[in-house]
Amino acid sequence: MTSDNGMPAPSDAAAAASRVNDFVIKIANVNGTGSASANGLLMKSLFRMGIPVTGKNFFPSNIQGLPTWYEIRVSRDGYRCRSGQVDIMVAMNNETYADDLAEVAPGGFFLYDATWPRDSQLSRKDVTIIGIPLAGMCNEHFDQARSRILMKNVAYVGALAALLDIDMAIIRQLLNETFASKAHLVDANQAAIDLGFQYAQEHFSCPLPLRLEAMDKTAGHIMIDGNTAAAMGCLYAGATVGAWYPITPSTSLMDAFKSLCERYRVDPDSGERRFCIVQAEDELAAVGMVVGAAWAGARAFTPTSGPGISLMSEFIGFAYYTEVPIVLVDVQRVGPSTGMPTRTQQCDILSCAFASHGDTRHILLFPADPHECFELAVAAFDLAERFQTPVMMLTDLDIGMNDWMVPELTWDDSYLPDRGKVLTAEELAEMPDFHRYADVDGDGVPWRSLPGVHPNGAYFLRGSGHTERGTYTENSEEYQRVLDRLERKFETARHALPAPVVETSADAQVGIISIGSCDGAVREARDLLAGRGYALNYLRVKAFPFSDEVEAFIAGHRRIFVVEQNRDGQLRRLLLMETQATRQQLNSIRHYNGMPISARDIVEDIGRALSQEAAA
Amino acid sequence: MSFIRKPTVTNSRLPKNSLGLTRRDYEGGMSTLCAGCGHDSITAALIQAAWELELVPHQVVKLSGIGCSSKTPAYFMSQAHGVNSVHGRMPSVATGAGAANRDLVCLGVSGDGDSLSIGFGQLAHAMRRNLNMAYVIENNGVYGLTKGQFSASADVGSRAKRGETNVQPPIDPVVTAIALGCTFVARSFSGDKQQLVPLLKAAIRHRGFALLDVLSPCVTFNDHEDSTKSYAYTRRYYHPAIHADFVPPAQDIKAAYDHGEAMPVELHDGSRIVLRKVDEGFDPSDRARTIGFLQDAAKRGEVVTGLMYIQPGQDDLHDVNHTVPGPLHSQPYDGLHPGAEGLRELQQRYR
Repeated sequence: MTSDNGMPAPSDAAAAASRVNDFVIKIANVNGTGSASANGLLMKSLFRMGIPVTGKNFFPSNIQGLPTWYEIRVSRDGYRCRSGQVDIMVAMNNETYADDLAEVAPGGFFLYDATWPRDSQLSRKDVTIIGIPLAGMCNEHFDQARSRILMKNVAYVGALAALLDIDMAIIRQLLNETFASKAHLVDANQAAIDLGFQYAQEHFSCPLPLRLEAMDKTAGHIMIDGNTAAAMGCLYAGATVGAWYPITPSTSLMDAFKSLCERYRVDPDSGERRFCIVQAEDELAAVGMVVGAAWAGARAFTPTSGPGISLMSEFIGFAYYTEVPIVLVDVQRVGPSTGMPTRTQQCDILSCAFASHGDTRHILLFPADPHECFELAVAAFDLAERFQTPVMMLTDLDIGMNDWMVPELTWDDSYLPDRGKVLTAEELAEMPDFHRYADVDGDGVPWRSLPGVHPNGAYFLRGSGHTERGTYTENSEEYQRVLDRLERKFETARHALPAPVVETSADAQVGIISIGSCDGAVREARDLLAGRGYALNYLRVKAFPFSDEVEAFIAGHRRIFVVEQNRDGQLRRLLLMETQATRQQLNSIRHYNGMPISARDIVEDIGRALSQEAAA
Repeated sequence: MSFIRKPTVTNSRLPKNSLGLTRRDYEGGMSTLCAGCGHDSITAALIQAAWELELVPHQVVKLSGIGCSSKTPAYFMSQAHGVNSVHGRMPSVATGAGAANRDLVCLGVSGDGDSLSIGFGQLAHAMRRNLNMAYVIENNGVYGLTKGQFSASADVGSRAKRGETNVQPPIDPVVTAIALGCTFVARSFSGDKQQLVPLLKAAIRHRGFALLDVLSPCVTFNDHEDSTKSYAYTRRYYHPAIHADFVPPAQDIKAAYDHGEAMPVELHDGSRIVLRKVDEGFDPSDRARTIGFLQDAAKRGEVVTGLMYIQPGQDDLHDVNHTVPGPLHSQPYDGLHPGAEGLRELQQRYR
């Protein structure tokens, strides 16, 4: 139902009348065409207008030529998960026109490149079609072949600026900042913006009923991805050795750490570097290097993803048993096996909790967004050294690679790294009989010595059975004494980990337990369910082993929905193993198709379960 | 077997090095290997080399993987820190330790199974990075701890104790290391301490990766007739190609060497290795000729030993990285991050 000039018919406009700062724009494109910078420009423009915004990139495991999508949710209420529908589709990939058109919600808009008219394919009557000859205009205006491809993406940002009422001064400012040292690029990009803007202004009634209005809701916030924020955490934690093997979606973490180190840790006069980053030959070597560096006294870490965790498992068990403080960041992706490397899941919870053969359990940290990636990365190093054990921070592709709007990161200058129980040369000199693995303080945490400090501190680190002195043993009692102390140490750690986030509303007897990047969807789902008359309490675990608060929450609720992004309900299984929760008590809400979970995915399942319960 | 503590025997007449330490101070726990094992001779040579080099024991790190050879770091320098890591992964642990603290003297002990099969990749990459360490392969051609399977260094035609004959070509760590660009490559024999001790000293002092392949017969599983890694076979076909003496920085080269045949090679700390050719046509600075020489000798069944290749002065891991001097773990924390103000400034680009 469009008028001749593409203007929406009045009935559609009425339906969408209330949609200010509350809709989803999705851009369908071909990867390798420079769409990322155009989409970043669009996102940041909205952010600078003070409007809460979230961007999710759905990209192929490929360099050039395959379909890619970027989804921007504009949410005046600050919801930051996927909404589950698309209101404006910018269709730049003719390979996916049909699917992209089908995805638009009734009453929505479909902007496409009308250089090649597609009337026969654009058959939906409940969607407003907006055709703009983006490629045609850019081919006319730009000489270079590459510019023509890149600029048609910038041109749709210009068109959206007119259609949605984006502040053009902000766009100009962003171009100036982005291309500060390349003035000709500012002009070229501005020209492309103007092409799209003017065409839209001349041919359509702007703005659309779905439009933007400046707000003040982004003050004190930044737009950042979790891998960058985690790298900042590693910098501030004082990590000096990083070892890694490239793997999607963790690679940008070490890239960011490297550039931060190059910025802050290179002596300007001598060029000497206060860090050492080694690109390993594989993940086995990467974690081995981290073990060696941490044993020698440096804070060391490796970023990886699920397949890397599989390969690292032997060394993780070694570090557990020999009590070496290593830090791993697992940016989870879809498994099993190679799975879908560019899609998101929370599928490594169990494999990380018990990584390696033998009796091993590990400290895990679960950030929900980039802000927590920063904070928990710092905590990971403190906890690893305090408890002399591997600590794994589990993020996922959604947190790690997408831009999130989060409160600004802050830093307390009085912070000092907690190195844990490390003996100095003076202390060792007074200690002729050093026992590396003895429980001196009754908390299960032994004292350690660093190589090169004092001869009295020398001991032999070994993954084979060892005594409290660190010497080889096959004696049952001596072996078991060390193994039992490790369990006591784990118990001590349980009380020292970041507390879960608990939100209770009145006297609800039904609750949700969730984890990591599900947080945004769970929050929105709780609001939606409250609107239907269902009040649910909420606990988000931030660490494993689970603390007493988790146990208390379980004890305090008749029925609990465990929301997570994997097929097997791994968090639920871990709760059943490690707490007093019963199988009947814990219901599983699982989403595992590789796309980030939306509130809709949760509301439908929980709403159905609760209405069935009410009917029974 | 439980750890057995050696009794401390004090004898004031034992010679001391400049640190006031005797050879006994460089010893470790009692060996639990089979009587007559070549590895124990290498341990003795290591003790001798460390004492003569006057290494400060607690600044030495001893690392190993898994296997009979990898047990030996427990048998020397009990005042040095040690790591008995996982099978075949010692090079990565050494890389990390070296990355964290470049002041440590890094000494790796491995075997032919640990280095040439399960750990082949890590060994290759440690050489490629020119990690500053001495890496000893105690090579006996056989898996001892699992009772006598062939390793990747077993020669074609060599027979196992149980009668099986090896038909797969061996991986020669020396030829491989030279081909991979390793900057110090030597071969020796556990039964020739005169040759082994100076080579160990030179390997430890060499800045960069020093590979020392030491033939070390397994008396239990690979010392019989028809074995090419037995004492008898090694002695019979033993062919030292070059004689190496290690000269510490403070000492002059002895006049006993004729200038015409002696070739001093200076190491980074001013110490020197003085080489004397035994074999004409051999040149340890010529990679291609050395490989050809070794392959010809192998065809004749000869066990060529000596310093096979050396290229001093190459950048090691830290030279390439431009790392600050001293251990990274004792860098002042304030110099590692820009603080609260820096974080505010850093976040400007994310607004």
